[in-house]
This record gives sequence, structure tokens and C-alpha cells, in this order.
Amino acid sequence: MGIDLTKGQAISLEKQGGGTLTAVRMGLGWQAAPRRGLFGTRTREIDLDASAVLFADKQPVDVVFFRHLVSDDGSVRHTGDNLVGGAGQGGDDEAILVDLARVPVHIDQIVFTVNSFTGQTFQEVQNAFCRLVDETNGQELARYTLDGGGQYTAQIMAKVHRDGPGWKMTALGTAANGRTFQDLMPAILPGL
Amino acid sequence: MAAELVRGQNHPLTQTRLEIRVSAGRPVVAGATLADDRGTVHGTQRVAHPGAPALPGLEVPRQAASDHRLAVDLDAMPQDVHRITVLLALPVGTGGPTRFGAVAAPFVAVTGLDGTEVASYTITDLDTESAVVALELYRRQDAWKVRAIGQGYADGLAALLADQGLTDAHALAGTIHDAVAQGLARAVAPPPRATDEAQVRAAATAGQAAGALPSSAPAPAGRPGGDGPIDYSHPGRQAPPPPPTAQPAEPGRPAVPVAGDATGWSMEERLYNQVWGMFEDLARTAAAYRSAVDFADSRMEQELDHVLSDPRSRIGGQGDAAREAARAKHGALVDRAREALDRDVAQLVAESDVVEPALPAAYARWDNPCWHAYRSPMEIPMAVRLGDLRLPESEAAGLRIPMLVRLPLERGLWIDAGASAGDALTDADELRARAAHTAVIHAARLLAAYPAGEFSVHVVDPAGTAAGALAPLVEAGVLASPVARGAAGVSETLTRLTERVDLVQMAVRAGAADALPPDLDVAEQLLIVHDFPHGFDDRAVTRLRYLADEGPQVGVHLMLVADREDAAEYGPLLDPLWRALLRLTPVPDDHLADPWVGHAWTYEPPTVPDGSAILRQVLAEVADARRARGL
Repeated sequence: MGIDLTKGQAISLEKQGGGTLTAVRMGLGWQAAPRRGLFGTRTREIDLDASAVLFADKQPVDVVFFRHLVSDDGSVRHTGDNLVGGAGQGGDDEAILVDLARVPVHIDQIVFTVNSFTGQTFQEVQNAFCRLVDETNGQELARYTLDGGGQYTAQIMAKVHRDGPGWKMTALGTAANGRTFQDLMPAILPGL
Repeated sequence: MAAELVRGQNHPLTQTRLEIRVSAGRPVVAGATLADDRGTVHGTQRVAHPGAPALPGLEVPRQAASDHRLAVDLDAMPQDVHRITVLLALPVGTGGPTRFGAVAAPFVAVTGLDGTEVASYTITDLDTESAVVALELYRRQDAWKVRAIGQGYADGLAALLADQGLTDAHALAGTIHDAVAQGLARAVAPPPRATDEAQVRAAATAGQAAGALPSSAPAPAGRPGGDGPIDYSHPGRQAPPPPPTAQPAEPGRPAVPVAGDATGWSMEERLYNQVWGMFEDLARTAAAYRSAVDFADSRMEQELDHVLSDPRSRIGGQGDAAREAARAKHGALVDRAREALDRDVAQLVAESDVVEPALPAAYARWDNPCWHAYRSPMEIPMAVRLGDLRLPESEAAGLRIPMLVRLPLERGLWIDAGASAGDALTDADELRARAAHTAVIHAARLLAAYPAGEFSVHVVDPAGTAAGALAPLVEAGVLASPVARGAAGVSETLTRLTERVDLVQMAVRAGAADALPPDLDVAEQLLIVHDFPHGFDDRAVTRLRYLADEGPQVGVHLMLVADREDAAEYGPLLDPLWRALLRLTPVPDDHLADPWVGHAWTYEPPTVPDGSAILRQVLAEVADARRARGL
């Protein structure tokens, strides 16, 4: 079953019983934290955005986010922007699919980030998580819960990086501030 | 389903966050009392009314109004509350009616936050009463239910509250009526209905002041999973029927490609989508390869620079070794990129090998055997093939992607007869001849793709220089009008088509498509202009631009066979015309870009196999079908 990752923990993306993974999905789900008040419609909408930055030797080569939904090589795909977050059903509100077999050979790290586009801090976000799913069978490989309550607007969630012939995932969980991934670059680079 | 309750009937509540909507036709006061498990209301602090509208888990309006919404959060109710009684009263001292018998029967509904009605109750048979208990929500073994009550009080609110067990009922009734009177006095005009916004604001401010509102979530309205009417499936994404399933791949080997292995409602659509999928895959695979090689190049350059600038590398063999290492890293990365590219291209070649033979005539190359069995179609296909596309990376493997464009054509076609189009080796006259020939092949495919009589082709050849190339069309008798010659012919043809565009546009704008003259040809029209701008005066050029701009929307398409240099005297005047047309070349040329990555793709024009009579055969079949339709 899925492993609950803690900050800095790494897992190998090898299939149980051998064989490497071919396609993974990084799912992001969240809910706006409730404000006091009875009327549900007054919950302020929070737009979290998932992005993936592709690195080759610590140089950003390509990025997949809501304005560039597919990496040029087609290996990383964003399923589309969700502006309001989930209905609290635990499903993914935004997802990024990675076809590991088709990632260009020079790309050695893919960093996943979450930004609050609307500017709310994670104090106002509830039940936010990021999880890695084996896309071929829907099995959850790892889950990483964003510990809420922080006074920051972005988080560098995890990275998937090459490890020999296969891939590994490391939970980063670095808090940062920024509206889009560009603002996060200085915070991402030390984690590579 | 929503239950329509009668007096005394109850109904289970599955949701805990509810609204109670009241509509009475005249302004009424709404309130609620909270009682414990023995039905006792512990003092006035357990009564929500316009003077004290917010209690934990409960919110009532601050004014008398003809429509009310009361918010209830059962989860936020104190544990000792077992009954919530919803009451209505007529305001006193406002000059309004003093008995419920004089107003329309009040209607009360319990709804979810998304407005879905759970239960409703119309309070009938009221007469002299001026206060009424409408509903009660009550807790039974940790489940909540609603019950219709409809108990009226002729002595008004005070009697109602006294009946709830409140000792100072008279004082409370006075407080309530005062609050209502104040509210009415503040109102600029009798509010037609309490706006939601006002209520919400009241709730928000009351909540902040009291700090007593429930902390459980106001969830976004309409939670999925209930039996509500909201359909969360994407309206535009109903799943099409499944495509033919490919054989499950043997472990460790790529799946065996199958023609039509894409989504779509028909085989034609599946093949179309599959071809576009192959197009995208090749574009992306090449992008992956190119970016890896670029990266390897730039990294090697940096490393070599570094070696050069490092003074230590001048001593002994260190520098050479570092250079060697940099080159080796570069070579290794490029080799791996090449390997990935070869693997993907091989997969696409295998797919192309099964897809090409399966393509219908409109998508097929001219050497496809399906053309020998060609029959005039009954329906317009989704798309036609205008040629082939390839990238340098796919050339060695012989991989070509069909270039399919949707029908009806959205842009006119420009067959470039200019020397800039191809290699310098081909001389100008040869290019012009090939351009005319290519135009005829495109026209023949379009004629063949449309059902007989739904596509009319007109040709303007002012100088008569394309007579040889046009022979297949002329001899088969598939043209809608004789080839127009000279300036007079140009003018006459353009006038006819311009009139048609005008007429159809007028009819479409007026919404009177059936008012078109009966002799109007309703088929899609294709005008082939050979050797533009020979034989064109300024007026004719203006008309042609008009056709290029306005024609495609009303089914008039252009195919220009032209060398842009010939029209240089018009200067930038014609730039919009060239831009509006899709440029195709009579010889392979890398001028087309894909929509994903923007690679330069080499376009290969369609060719009919040498010595093949297929073009004439197909055109003869088109002509037969046209004759059968009396054209």
C-alpha cells in the first residue's frame, strides 16, 4: 500500500515484484479551509496550481504548468487547471502525468511544486495532499500531506529523479512563497 | 425526492447543513426555539428571533419579510438541543393583516445548501391565528427528522412562546415585535424579499460578534455522492464507444499497433484521431531527441570552455583527459537519445504500416488499393489528405504522417509555383507545370471526397497555359463550368461567385436560407485560379480578396496556383491574401509547422504513381455520379 512520506524521505519507484514503473501521476488535492459563517457559498475560493519543472543537470529545461500543459517532448502532461479545489472527496484536483519511459534522456529530475495562485497562505487550505500514483494500475505509491498552518503560499512538494536505470521519488516539503513556479526557482535549486 | 408533508407527518433528514425557506406572500416574522429532550426551552437565550438572529447552528432573518431563508447546521447544535421549532408570526403595528386567514397559506421547505428540496409543507386551514409553529426538526437516536406541525395561536406570538414553556413569553414577544418594527422603520421601502446577500452579511457580522457560530465547514454547495440532481460528469466528455482493443502486449515488448486504436464514434473518426496522435507523437519524440542533443552539445561546450580556462589543464595530459571525458559524456547522452528516438520511430513505423492500408479513400495515398474500388461517397468525410509530412529524424525510417485537414476547408489553398518553393535545381517552367498538376490532384481528391453534386469546381486559366495539366478534369467532364479564359472570363467567373457569396450571406443573416433563388448552386464551390495575377485587373484582385475573406464561411473556397513574385507589383496589398491561404508546394518543402512544438515539417505533395490511370478512373466515376444526379 501507499507509504506516507515525511519530509526528506525517498522511495524507489520500483514495482513490487520487480520491473520499473512506466507512468506515474502526481495528484494534488485540496479544500479551502472554512471561514466562520454559516453560508457555504461564502467559502473563499482558493486556486492552487500544480507545476512540474524538468531539470537536466540542475538547469531548468522545460516546465509544465497551467499555461503550458504538455512538455515539448510530451512526456509530462498536466490535466488542466482547477481553480477552486475539491469538494473534499479526497480525489485529485489537479494531476500531472509523467510517462517515465518517454522522459528525454537528459532530464534527470522533475520537481513538483504547488502554488497558491490566488495568494492565500496554506493556513487557509485544508486537506491538501500530493500523492504519487502508478498510472498503469491506479495504485497509490506514496502520499505526502501538506501540513497546513504555514504562513507561506507555495510548497515544493517532491522530486522524481533518475536513480540508475529507474526512478526515485524524494519528498521535499520545502515551504516557499510565490504565485507561480518562476518565483520558486531560487527555492528549488538548493533541493536538487 | 422531496416529500410534501401533511400536518403531523415526519421525514428523515440525511444532511446536516440545511436551509429552511419560508414564503408567505406578505411580510412575516420568522424565528426558532431550541428545546432539550423534554421539550423545555431554557430561557430566551435559546430563542432565535429578529432581535437575536444568530444562535449556534442557527440563523434567522432580522426582519419581517415575505420570503425567508433560515440557515441550520445540525452538527453545530449544542448536544442538549433535541428539538428546533420553527415559528412564524405576523408583525404587529404595521397596518398589515393581523390574521393568517387573510394571507396566502405560508409555504415552508427544508432544502440542502444547493437548493435541493428535502421536504416541504404548506400550512393550510389557518384563520384568526397570528402566530404559528410551522415545523420542528428533532433528534431521535442521533438522527434528525423534520415534522410538519402547523399549530396556530390566535393570541399571537406571546401565547406561542408561552406554550413552549418560556416564563417571560410576553416580554420576549414584545422584544421581537420591537425588533421587527425597528427593522421595518429602517427599511427604505417594504423589502420585496430579503436578499440573500443581506442575510449573509448579517450572518457574517453576527457570527464575528458572537464568536459562537459553528466551526464545522461551510462546504461548497452541492456535495457529490448524495442523491442530489447534480451531474458531475463533464458534459462534453461523454465517453465515446471504446475503440477496437489492441492485443495485450507481451510483457516487456511494445503493444502491437492496431488501425483505429483511438477514440471516436466511427472508424473514420478513430483513424483521423489516430493519425493526429501519430503526428503529435512524432513531433514530441523529435522534440525530446533534439532537446537532449542540444543539451549535450551545450554541456560539452561549457565543459570544454572550462578545461580551456583552467590553467592546470595546460600541464601534462590533464587537459586532454578532461576534453576526452567531456566528449565521451556527450557521446553517451546522444547515443541514449538516439536509442530512445529509434525505439519511438520504430513503434510509429509499425503503427503506420497498419494504419495506411486501413485508411478510407479520402485519407489514403493515391497508391492505396482502395482507390481502385472507389465509389462516389454518400457522406462528406471528416477530412481529406493534402499530402505527407515528415521530419529529418523520421526520414531514414521512411516514416510519413498523412496530412489531414478538416472539411469543409477553413482556408483556401495556395499552390506555390515560385522558385522559392523548391530546390534551385528544378527550373521555373518545370515548377509551374508541376504546380498546375498538383492543383489538379488536390481538386480531384476534393471532388472524390464529396458526394456527387456537393462540390463544384470552377477554373480560371486566363492565358490558357494550364490546358495540358487541366486535361484530366476537363476531359472527365467534372467541372461545373467551362475553363474561363482571358480577362473577360476572369471577370465573369468572379462576378458569379461574388454574387453567390453575397446572396448566401444575406440569406444567412436574415435567417431565410430557403429564400435563395432556386437556380443557385448550393454545393461547396472551389475556384482554381491558375497563374494569378495574369489576366487580373485591380477590380478582379479586389474581388478575389473578398472571396478569400468571406468565401470559406459560405462554402466558396480558393485554390491559387501562383508565384508570389509575379504579384510583386501589388506590393503589400496582397500580403493578407497570401497569409489567408494554406501554402502547399509542388515539390517537398519544409515550411509547415506542427501545433505543439513548432518543428519545421517537410511537406510532400501527393503524387499519382507513374503510369497509373487511377486519377482518370476516379474522375470518371465522379463524372458518372454527377450525371446520375442530372448535373
